[in-house]
Amino acid sequence: MSDKPGEQSYQSIAHTTRRELAGAFVAAPMAMTLQISLASAQSTPAAAPSLPSPVGVTINGRLYALSLDPRTTLIDLLRERLDLTGTKKGCDQGQCGACTVLMNGRRVNSCLVLAVMCEGAQITTIEGLGKGAQLHPLQQAFIDRDAFQCGYCTPGQICSAAGMISEGRARTADEIREAMSGNICRCGAYPNIVAAIQDVMGQS
Amino acid sequence: MITFEYARASDVPEALRLVAGDRAKFIAGGTNLVDLMKVDVERPTKLVDITRLPLSGVDRLQGGGVLVGALVRNSDLANHPLVQERYPVLASAIMAGASGQLRNMASTGGNVLQRTRCPYFYDTATPCNKRVPGTGCSAIDGFNRNNGILGTSASCIATHPSDMCVALAMLGAIVHVSSLSGDRQIPMADFHRLPGDTPNRDTNLESGEIITAVELPAVGYAANYTYLKIRDRMSYAFALVSVAAGLIVEGGVIKDARLALGGVAHKPWRNPAAEVALRGQPANTATFSGAADLLLRDAKGYGHNTFKIDLARRCISRALTQAARGTPQSQSNKKIL
Repeated sequence: MSDKPGEQSYQSIAHTTRRELAGAFVAAPMAMTLQISLASAQSTPAAAPSLPSPVGVTINGRLYALSLDPRTTLIDLLRERLDLTGTKKGCDQGQCGACTVLMNGRRVNSCLVLAVMCEGAQITTIEGLGKGAQLHPLQQAFIDRDAFQCGYCTPGQICSAAGMISEGRARTADEIREAMSGNICRCGAYPNIVAAIQDVMGQS
Repeated sequence: MITFEYARASDVPEALRLVAGDRAKFIAGGTNLVDLMKVDVERPTKLVDITRLPLSGVDRLQGGGVLVGALVRNSDLANHPLVQERYPVLASAIMAGASGQLRNMASTGGNVLQRTRCPYFYDTATPCNKRVPGTGCSAIDGFNRNNGILGTSASCIATHPSDMCVALAMLGAIVHVSSLSGDRQIPMADFHRLPGDTPNRDTNLESGEIITAVELPAVGYAANYTYLKIRDRMSYAFALVSVAAGLIVEGGVIKDARLALGGVAHKPWRNPAAEVALRGQPANTATFSGAADLLLRDAKGYGHNTFKIDLARRCISRALTQAARGTPQSQSNKKIL
């Protein structure tokens, strides 16, 4: 056993049951709030607080008028402020693609976009890809082809594939694999992901 | 991330006025800057958003060159008809880098200014002369598989991570720069610096200057070129070694040659002596090996990265062979022919 405080606290969490952990969060809403604000704004406060900046942005067809700490990334705006939790945070440094959304029709990593820079932009997330209850053809193809295992990367894969198809340059399986290389799937569902995308490309 | 003030500029003079001050920075694509701000390596107190500046043109110049606006996105540049037709080595290099998402975000000027991916530069718990001058270099005796073998110093062995810049160096591009006191042009070869004892300075861009455009010269080596990139996985990884090569071959004899290496130095690496040595020689393996030897004569490994010297030698020969045959490296199927 280590005497480093960080490792001890990890141990104590590891020995806590899920029920106890859930209870602790319910009983301590302040702690949970603090954790969220740290996650969205990160560490090391400077002397002066950031002044909130006004931003008007359209997300899945709905216009939002917001006042944001300029440090807020697009993914944190989506997940923490607007409850659009379909977009997933993987690495938070542009290396995994789980956070991919469409910005003005183009696929981007929402973890590297400052939300204040989205003034006037049109954002489409996985929640806005289909039409109402009707799935987007890529969503249906991913189900039909079993193109996922844990599903965590799937919203990013699907948004990225939608962007890639509208770019209109990838044709062969090799080209699809290369064009989709910004989306990592740690379950290794790549063959079925490529097949699902090919299904949709064949339809269109 | 520390707190910062956010300002939006609508033209170059306004951007230059807004950025005046010690710790203000421009932001365009943000793919590198936001990443570095999250880990407290970059700590600007003000960001000037330049994405609305009118710098997104790709225009023909009198004399045959092309002027690329600093805000042209990497994906738009790689897919621009003028670039694909006249500068396919540039299109190929851009497509060899990053991912579809990042290329949609990253700007031409930002790509030129991106910072090293040396892991110690990112890790604020370790010494790094580039991040905090005078603290030492953790890479020299550390995990340095991705670090440099040419032009390194006792202070820093970081590499410049860009693929696009390797092609720009090969082409002899010119960086156009503006400041409140006027405009100037910096040849690509002089834009990035070697680490020396000031590795904290990546480039010769001065404080208060902005990149407005990158000029591509008239000669694009479109018939005989390649961009060959070797990395630890097939896609979406930084180069261990990359080579941009351009040749003009007549009757099996090399009339003109351009070579630039990526992944091996603090800047895209060119050695004019090696290019001169290729001129007038038959386009064959012996000639190409000779050029590789000349380019790597002063190469120095640091342990984990010593393999790069042999790898670079083979990459140079292979790239020159690909260029001479007119069979450039595919960036989709990755088969090296």
